[in-house]
Amino acid sequence: MASLTSDNEQPPTNSNSSSTDHVRKKKSLFASSPSSSRGNAASVPTRDGDSHPRWRSEKQQRIYSAKLIQALRQVRLSSSSSATTSSPTAQKRGKAVREAADRALAVSARGRTLWSRAILANRIKLKFRKQKRPRQTVIPAVTTVVTTGATSSRGRKRRVSVVGLNKKSLPTVNRKVRSLGRLVPGCKKESVPVILEEATDYIQALEMQVRAMNSLVELLSGYSTPGSDSAPPPI
Amino acid sequence: MSGRISRSRQVSGTSRISEEQINDLIIKLQQLLPELRDSRRSDKVSAARVLQETCNYIRNLHREVDDLSERLSELLANTDTAQAALIRSLLTL
Repeated sequence: MASLTSDNEQPPTNSNSSSTDHVRKKKSLFASSPSSSRGNAASVPTRDGDSHPRWRSEKQQRIYSAKLIQALRQVRLSSSSSATTSSPTAQKRGKAVREAADRALAVSARGRTLWSRAILANRIKLKFRKQKRPRQTVIPAVTTVVTTGATSSRGRKRRVSVVGLNKKSLPTVNRKVRSLGRLVPGCKKESVPVILEEATDYIQALEMQVRAMNSLVELLSGYSTPGSDSAPPPI
Repeated sequence: MSGRISRSRQVSGTSRISEEQINDLIIKLQQLLPELRDSRRSDKVSAARVLQETCNYIRNLHREVDDLSERLSELLANTDTAQAALIRSLLTL
């Protein structure tokens, strides 16, 4: 797993925090994050053990935005250095930006989720044509599912119920879970609860990615229209 | 759903995953979706519907990210000097 996160320059403190607790692993992720050197104190208190505060906190957004900007700079530099005289097509540039954004997102996940590892592994696979899929790290994900399922069913009163699950062998639900697994990177051949868990995390990460890129586009378009020789206002 | 727990014990000879867990996961998934979260008329949403909406939502998000990255690439390509100054100032925050 350490070889996959070779893009990440953070020290691998994940193994320490993950061995302590299962349900509270997201809380300890906040506590042991070394990149809080941005000087921010706006971290959402995570009383419940789900993944909701994780991708919505300001700290996470700041971490991702900084990584995104760094990645985009590298994209700009690489494309300008290796570009031909004719401008590269917009699609190729867009794809490079998209890949950089995905990579930054995957790195911000700190290697805890399957899809983030798959995104980083795909890049290394494309570079070196080697296949590295850590299969044994799927088990922690399933264990987390068990724990969170047990705790939530004991205490909380459920407001909604989902019908049609008794007949899980129905091809419809299975088919839809499979197609969902094809959408989330790295989950094509996983079991049903793994796919569902990865999908919840992936959706929140994608939402954060969209918000960050939106604000970045707004910021940049605000700078590019008035003329490029004006100095940017102090932030 | 009365026989949910007992049925999971009957059926789960082959599948080690209980229905309860999957149910919880799908409920969590439903609360993430913007369409199914606000309009909760009855408290019963079919699992297939939740999964379908999830697939649609992820595809939408992918498309949005693609659009945004195209716009970003255009913006990055156009301005150079103001660009570098801005990124530098943002990075030193």
